[in-house]
Formats: sequence, structure tokens, C-alpha cells
Amino acid sequence: MTPAAIVYWGTGFAQVVLALSMLVSAWRILIGPRAQDRVLGLDTLYLNAMLLILVHCIRMSLTAYFEAALILAIIGFTSTVALAKFLMRGEVIE
Amino acid sequence: MIARISQRVFQQILPHPILSVALFMVWMLMSSPAGTGHATIALIVALLVPQVMRALEPDRVRVRSPLAIIRLLWRLFLDVLASNWNTARIVLGYRKRTRKAGFVNIQLECSNRYALACLAIIVTSTPGTTWVQYDRYSRVLLLHVLDLRDEDDWKAILHDRYESLLMEIFP
Amino acid sequence: MLTAPAHMPDLPMWAAIAVTALCIFGALLALVGSIGLKTLKTMYERLHAPTMASTLAMATIVAAMIIYFSFAEGRLTLKPLLIAIFLTVTTPVTMTLLARASIYRDRVEGREGVPKDDM
Repeated sequence: MTPAAIVYWGTGFAQVVLALSMLVSAWRILIGPRAQDRVLGLDTLYLNAMLLILVHCIRMSLTAYFEAALILAIIGFTSTVALAKFLMRGEVIE
Repeated sequence: MIARISQRVFQQILPHPILSVALFMVWMLMSSPAGTGHATIALIVALLVPQVMRALEPDRVRVRSPLAIIRLLWRLFLDVLASNWNTARIVLGYRKRTRKAGFVNIQLECSNRYALACLAIIVTSTPGTTWVQYDRYSRVLLLHVLDLRDEDDWKAILHDRYESLLMEIFP
Repeated sequence: MLTAPAHMPDLPMWAAIAVTALCIFGALLALVGSIGLKTLKTMYERLHAPTMASTLAMATIVAAMIIYFSFAEGRLTLKPLLIAIFLTVTTPVTMTLLARASIYRDRVEGREGVPKDDM
């Protein structure tokens, strides 16, 4: 195997693992049980999606995806902060 | 006299030197491969944004003892590795019966807000401890610990490992 | 025999193995974090699991990117460090806010096992 093939298929495996990890955190969003658990699951989902895009960057050997990962990190941070603030200030009890 | 005037001028142009350097570096990283044009824009940003920060009037950051920073970073690196290993073992079902998680109240000694911010980053980035609440008046910190053992004194751990170094860095 | 598509650059064997190992290690660690999010019992225990993904897993994948693109582009590429800086600074904010939101809600509802607000 050439070095390029090792990187290509190894990062492919890492992508499968990360997609599995996204599925597991999506499961936490679905089952809850409370709103803060769902927000935590959403935060983890964003984080794993960002890591997936970074690995995709390596696999496609393109730095253009890097900005997408950065923006995803920013959106994930903002949405989690906004949702946590909402949980504290908005409706208090479900 | 001249030294004092030049110091005043320096403070007018660069009110927050560390912020300026950090902005310049981040801008250059962002636009790499960076040419002269990018460097010029980075320089302008690094000179203008601290002037905006002047309106917010944050406390001046004073950093001492670079040796302590290096020691802190090295210790943090080792601790991140160790605590990731421990948390992964707990998640995968090691010591499921005997482990218990819980809250810990800790009386902190430092009150410098930059030191506290660094401490928050350190505590959060070692999995197994989470910063929950800090009260500025009583200086009590509420931590949540994933693996709470009876013999551990968390105040001593936090103080000896990080807080003393942080108090050295931010006097 | 597994082959690579033509867009992959040529790089030394040790770098290829290092990049692949770092990527797979980071992905597995992120998976362990998500499994912890699924299996741990209380909200406050679950808070610890995703920090594994945002510290060590993120660091290994960023290191893999730096090694790979430094060889692919023929010069030192430190751009991925931006992600590392950003995540290191923002993770404490999100985790603390989530912990405080959930402790606030638990206190308002008067649940057991939460310290009183006696500060």
C-alpha cells in the first residue's frame, strides 16, 4: 500500500467512527429526558460534525473545508450558549 | 521625564500589547499563506481593536514569570492525557459499582479574574471535573467531579497543581 | 489492493501512519465521549463526556491536519491551530452555562442531590 492509500482509507474509517458517534449523540437528543440533556446532545453533535469535516479535509486533501469546520464550531458555540441562556431565563419549568 | 513621556505615548498607541500581538498572530494564521497585504491588514487590526477595548475598560493584564507558564502548560498537557484516560475507562464500565460522582465546594485563594478564567479553562479541559459556579464575594467555587474519592482533598489538589502557579503568573 | 485517488499527494510513510493513527485515535475518543453521553446516569455526569471530544480528540485531529497539510503543501501550515484555540476558549463557557442552567432548574424544582444555593 502506498502512503496516500493508507491516509485515504484510514481517514475513511475515522469518518465512519465519527458518524457513529454523531448517531449516538443524536440518540441523546431524542430521548432527553430533560431539555438540558437535549442541549448537551446537540452540542456534542455539533462537535462531532466539526471533527468529521476536519477529517474530510484531510481525506479530500482540500483546505477549503477548513473554513466550514470553523463556522460550524462558531455556530455550535453560539447556539449552545443561547439555548443554555434560554433554559435559565425563559420558561423555568417544563 | 523623557522616559515617562515615551511610556505615555506607548500606552496611548498600545493600550493592551498582549491583545495586539494575539490579534496579529490570529489574523496571520487565518489568512495563511500570508503576503505583505495580509500583514498590513493584520497590523491595522492589531492597532485599532485595542483602542476599541479601551472603551470597555478591562483590567490591565500583567503576566509574570514565563517559566511558570511553561511549567503550567506542561502539567496541563500531562493532566489532560491522564484525565482523558481515566474518564474513558469510567465510561467503558471500569469500577462501575464503587465510583460515585458529586459536588465539591472549594475555597479559592486567588481573585484575579484572568487567573480565574485560566483556572476555568484548565478545570473544564480536564474531563472528570466541571466548573459549575463561582461566587466572587465569598470566593467559593462549586465543582462537579465524576470520580469522587474520599481520600482526595480537592482544595489541596487544585491549589498545589494550578492555583499556586497561576498566582505566580498573574500577581 | 486498496488504492488512493489521484488527488492525494505523496508523503513519507511515517507521516502517513502518524496522520492515520492520530485521526483514528481522535475519532475513537469522540465515540467514547458520545457513548458516555448515552450511558452515564445523571445530567451532571453526562457533562464530562463531551469534553473528551473537545480536548484530546480535537487536539489529535488538529495535529494530524498540521502534519498532513505541512507535507501536502510543502510548508509549515499552522492554520488548524485556530480551531484548537477557539474550542479551548469556548468549551468552558458552554459547559459552565449548561451546568448552571441545569443546576438552576433543579433548584427551582426542588430536586434531590443538588447543593443548596447558600453562596
